[in-house]
Amino acid sequence: MTAKIIETNPTPFNRQDVDSITLDIIENALRNARNEMDAVLFRTAMSPGIREQHDAFPLIANQEGKMVVGQFGSFLYGFINGYEGTIEDGDIFITNDPYSCNGAVSHLNDWLLMMPIFHQGRLVSWAAMFGHMTDVGGKVPGSLPTDAKMIFEEGMVIPPSKIYRKGELADEILNIMLHNCRMPEWNKSDFFAIVAALRLAERRVRENIDRFGVDTYISAMWDMLDRNKTAMSFIIQTIIPESANKATFEDWIDDDGMGNGPYKIACSLWREGDVAHFDFTGSDPQSLSSINFLLNEEMFKMFFGAFTINLFDPQILFNDGFYDLVNVHIPAGSILKPQKPAALSCRTHLLGRIFDLMGGLLGQNAPDALNAAGFSDSPHFMYSGFDGNGEWFQLYQIGFGGVPGRPVGDGPDGHSMWPAFTNVPNEFLEAYFPLRIREYTTIADSGGAGLHRGGNGISIGYEFLEAGEISIHDDRWLTYPWGVNGGLPGQRSAKKLVRKDGQTDNIPSKCDRISVAEGDLLYFNTWGGGGWGDPLERDPELVLKDVERGLVSEAGARNYGVVLESGHLDLPATEQLRANMARERGDTQLFDRGFGSIEELKSRCETETGFAPPREPVFYAKARAAE
Amino acid sequence: MSSTDELIKKYEQRLSAFEKRLNSIEAGQVASQDLGVSSSRVKGLRLGVDVGGTFTDLLLLDESQGRTVTAKVPSTPEDSSVGVLNGIRKLCRQANLDPSDISEVMHGTTVATNTVLTNAGAVVGLVTTQGYRDTLQIARSFVPGGLGGWVIWNKTQPLAPLELTIEATERIGARGEIVVPLDEDRLRRDLQQLFARGIEALTVALFNSYVNDAHEQRIRQIAQEIAPHIPVSTSAAIMPEMYEYERTETTVVNSYVRPLVANYVHNLRDELKQIMGSSLNLQILRSDGGLASADSAIEKPVNLLMSGPAGGVSGALWIAKQADYNNLLTLDMGGTSTDVALIENSVARTRRETRVGDVTVRAPSIDVRTVGAGGGSIAYVPELTKALRVGPQSAGADPGPAAYGFGGEEPTVTDANVVLGYLPSTAKLGGDMEISHELASRAVKKIADALSISIEEAAEGIVRIVNENMCGALRLVSVEQGYDPRDFALIGFGGAGPLHANALARLINSWPAIIPPGPGVLCAYGDATTRLRNEASQTFVASVSGTSEETIKKSLDDLQKSAAQALHTANEAESELETLYQIDIRYRGQGMKLTIDISPDDFNQKGLGEVTSRFDQEHEKLFTFALDAEHELVGLRAIVQGEAKDFVSNEQTSGDSDPTPAKIEPTRIFADGSWRDAMTYDRSKLRPGNRIPGPAIILEMDSTTVILPDHFCTIDAIGNIIIWPENQ
Repeated sequence: MTAKIIETNPTPFNRQDVDSITLDIIENALRNARNEMDAVLFRTAMSPGIREQHDAFPLIANQEGKMVVGQFGSFLYGFINGYEGTIEDGDIFITNDPYSCNGAVSHLNDWLLMMPIFHQGRLVSWAAMFGHMTDVGGKVPGSLPTDAKMIFEEGMVIPPSKIYRKGELADEILNIMLHNCRMPEWNKSDFFAIVAALRLAERRVRENIDRFGVDTYISAMWDMLDRNKTAMSFIIQTIIPESANKATFEDWIDDDGMGNGPYKIACSLWREGDVAHFDFTGSDPQSLSSINFLLNEEMFKMFFGAFTINLFDPQILFNDGFYDLVNVHIPAGSILKPQKPAALSCRTHLLGRIFDLMGGLLGQNAPDALNAAGFSDSPHFMYSGFDGNGEWFQLYQIGFGGVPGRPVGDGPDGHSMWPAFTNVPNEFLEAYFPLRIREYTTIADSGGAGLHRGGNGISIGYEFLEAGEISIHDDRWLTYPWGVNGGLPGQRSAKKLVRKDGQTDNIPSKCDRISVAEGDLLYFNTWGGGGWGDPLERDPELVLKDVERGLVSEAGARNYGVVLESGHLDLPATEQLRANMARERGDTQLFDRGFGSIEELKSRCETETGFAPPREPVFYAKARAAE
Repeated sequence: MSSTDELIKKYEQRLSAFEKRLNSIEAGQVASQDLGVSSSRVKGLRLGVDVGGTFTDLLLLDESQGRTVTAKVPSTPEDSSVGVLNGIRKLCRQANLDPSDISEVMHGTTVATNTVLTNAGAVVGLVTTQGYRDTLQIARSFVPGGLGGWVIWNKTQPLAPLELTIEATERIGARGEIVVPLDEDRLRRDLQQLFARGIEALTVALFNSYVNDAHEQRIRQIAQEIAPHIPVSTSAAIMPEMYEYERTETTVVNSYVRPLVANYVHNLRDELKQIMGSSLNLQILRSDGGLASADSAIEKPVNLLMSGPAGGVSGALWIAKQADYNNLLTLDMGGTSTDVALIENSVARTRRETRVGDVTVRAPSIDVRTVGAGGGSIAYVPELTKALRVGPQSAGADPGPAAYGFGGEEPTVTDANVVLGYLPSTAKLGGDMEISHELASRAVKKIADALSISIEEAAEGIVRIVNENMCGALRLVSVEQGYDPRDFALIGFGGAGPLHANALARLINSWPAIIPPGPGVLCAYGDATTRLRNEASQTFVASVSGTSEETIKKSLDDLQKSAAQALHTANEAESELETLYQIDIRYRGQGMKLTIDISPDDFNQKGLGEVTSRFDQEHEKLFTFALDAEHELVGLRAIVQGEAKDFVSNEQTSGDSDPTPAKIEPTRIFADGSWRDAMTYDRSKLRPGNRIPGPAIILEMDSTTVILPDHFCTIDAIGNIIIWPENQ
């Protein structure tokens, strides 16, 4: 079924030649329009998640729904083909249902708004934006229950609906939506802020048409799409192996928060002629908890393109134009294409891990461009309760860790791998929540050793000043962030709760609603990035610097074969140690995962982490779909 | 249009109106409106001095005789004060003055900026609270760029290296309570070791010091006992606001630039006093467009990071006021970059942070956006995409554009302007630089060949692309902040601004385009005409019901005194100072805040109730609803301004509309795809009232103005070139 587009002006567009300079100017104008959409949103949205952490993503597409400027690729084409109804001037569509938009948004917290842009009776463009709402109802505050078994436990599901019909707000629908959220004021402000950003895109598109003429504008968008296709075609031919040398890679998330794991994701990559094929066959079936990630194929194409094109023309306005050159196959019923009504809210771990998977896959053919595994997650910390005055408090925070060692240099310590994200200042936390942040430090030696060191993870010491409950959603407590080209893996994450009476509890990586008392102290340790290149080749002076800076310990310097004697380099001893280590080690490996097999890893799990190994997941009826 | 559309439109209009107000409040506009009474105090001569990369510009303001005198001398980068003194001697000779007649020198300096940009600052040691040693290392965890930006981004090292960072055993709680007392013995030992490692400046930035800085002050004392010659900056004194990373970074940058700035200001003051007498008053232009006394500049040099560009904006303000244009977009285009800013109702928009290179600090500055687009920006065509890109790489001063003949071969914006005839070979840049049309054409041909188009088309393409880049920056300061560029005039200055102003005004529909007299010395104009301004602020988090009016009143009063202090020492009489209070406030639980401005009189009479009711009104305007929720104060601020300066301009004899006496020779320019006949004019011979039809080129010593086809210009009473489209 395809939506019926109502146009009052039947004149077809006339594609014409656009001189390259006009094209560049329209490209810049659309780039500016997109930046302005962000600016309007950040200025007027109210929830900290959008205002401060910038968890929102805009795009502008051509009249067919192909993204011309934006970040996550276009899902509009799919929407237009799947929506049963009319699309008219003044309409704005809303949905948060991953299952109704093939994963364009991947959990219910993301509200997606889509607006067709008309000019003199013809559909000329689309603008769309989605933003993460702090709360959309469901069984827990924040709407991210790890143990949800069905999506219905995670909040209200909104199928694609006209929230504006010919310019008229469907305020009853909006009221129903707001009525089902714990923070209606925030959602309301964020909703109107997104609408304002879409309106702004509409104005910019119309201005451009007035400036250049509608046929030039439409043609320029096609040219921009073609430009990307040409560029990506070259890149695909250059870096993707033919089917004879098919690349395959796999990675895991450690558990599902219910004692089962690890869950494997796997992908193969090869090229047939012009076209790159990504095949996720071999990934595990969907889970019974909410760690499933409904991965939109088009979005994955965008991830792939964004990572590779940077190397060739970083100024290019990246778009959908090359989608025909990429084929993505994800088996239905797998953990990356779960079937409704599987729960999805805690998809953040897999969403991050996809990037490690893609990096490992692409890098096999180009070790010089290969990055190690990094902080491929956005772990959550939640703390809520009633304070001494009987007032409700509720904190939701994202943690950061080590960026991996990369061809261009060391990975930064304790940074974000998502664009635009920032941390929450600790003074802010102490002023507004019953918390004392006793320490906020990088963890020495947590970044993998390498010619380029992996970034260190962060240790946050939260002292609770009021009794309450905490939830933690993290990963990589079992598998390691791997190193490459001889680099060592980074250290795992760990959580420890030191009770006021001195008793220390080991806290699992994924848990909800752990009771804490006043005076308890939680150490939330994230993981480091993997190392890049042979650590035995790192300049000993740099290792000494890192030791002086407290980023590597004297003992940790031994991973680089560097011997320190009361703060000074012992160069002869270093040379000898390095020679010995090189001999014992033999040739460096392309990937160092830090374990031989999952069984071997599980066999040492309890000794190393203090936890019994997770059980082998049991895949019920859906198992056959992913074979 | 449907009612909902109206609603959204109204919402957006309210939003933009509110933003406008917010911004004008931030710029202290309310205070300036109430002023306007000029003092009858006898004044000495004031001198504005702007030190740029190539030239040092001076402008003398002689209020008693109603005249200005300007001079331009080469800059002396190894010691800028040499150039300044050369300039003063030259200017005094020209004006037949004795240097001792000059009582005030106002100076815009890029010393602080360049110290940051060239990594030439001090070796800084840092003292943090236990557990916070890595504050600068982790920063805000932010990685620039889009998806995958981390692949190519390398973080710069903190300006206070981790190996020179020590932790003090101490802890202040969020309400100012002492949780762990300061361990002085341990600190002394650690400080001694730190000093032994050769640090040149010390920063003390403790957690929660914005509520209680007792430990910071104590550590300062101890440090000065141990090493009296090492300057100490404490974070609550530099930026008494919440957010540990921003406060630490800002204070470290202060320490980093302090020895060099202090040295420079000391030397300059000493040398000026030698030739001008000991009563000379030297003031330094700050990033926010205010003036700082020399002493306060030495203490808080972090406030000087945008001193240079602020001079240009102030100069534009001064010129525009005389010409009666209150709403302006400024375009200061130089060799490597262009600074743009927005002036509304004769007040420049400011913001609460300053960015220089990779460094962002929390110090107020005029909202100047810089794009890497200037006369020297290099054009290229990436093999893969065949797109025409201009900048941000620049040919700089060496080798410079190909047309200068210093060995540059890459095509630049200047070369494109030469090819198009906008910069005729009769133009002399800076007085005596030859321009080679042939070398410029050869360079631009590279682009023409890569795109298979003619040289002229390539040149016009380069100019259009660079204009589009600058247009993006102009949009950032206007449209993005809720302003409509059509409500603004565009003023173009700097070496290359007059070449591009007409085209940019056409792009964003800002009319007229104004080219001030002496577009190359506008910064010095700004320096000479700036008002003293200072502000003091503190984070003050408390629910309105949980605090007392007296507490707030006292805090604001203290802030006012502290802000006024620096102005007193700068010889401003207290009676001439003007104060505005600002209160940051929100509903409890909100992440955002609004700034409510209120005069001291209003606050003293009406109190906090007035503040909360104004907040409710603003909230309703902005978000379409108000809440029946508790109000929470977030921050307090006092802004104090000195007296406004009188304006002076050189007299101009009026002429009629005929510009014939100023004609030099006919020429040709390439515009909108074809060659057109044009006329060149000598600006020094133009008179008020003259009207010049486009296309035309107007030449003067240090800049060249282009009037495009279908446009014309007139000369106004004070000598501005005012450009309009013919059909308006």
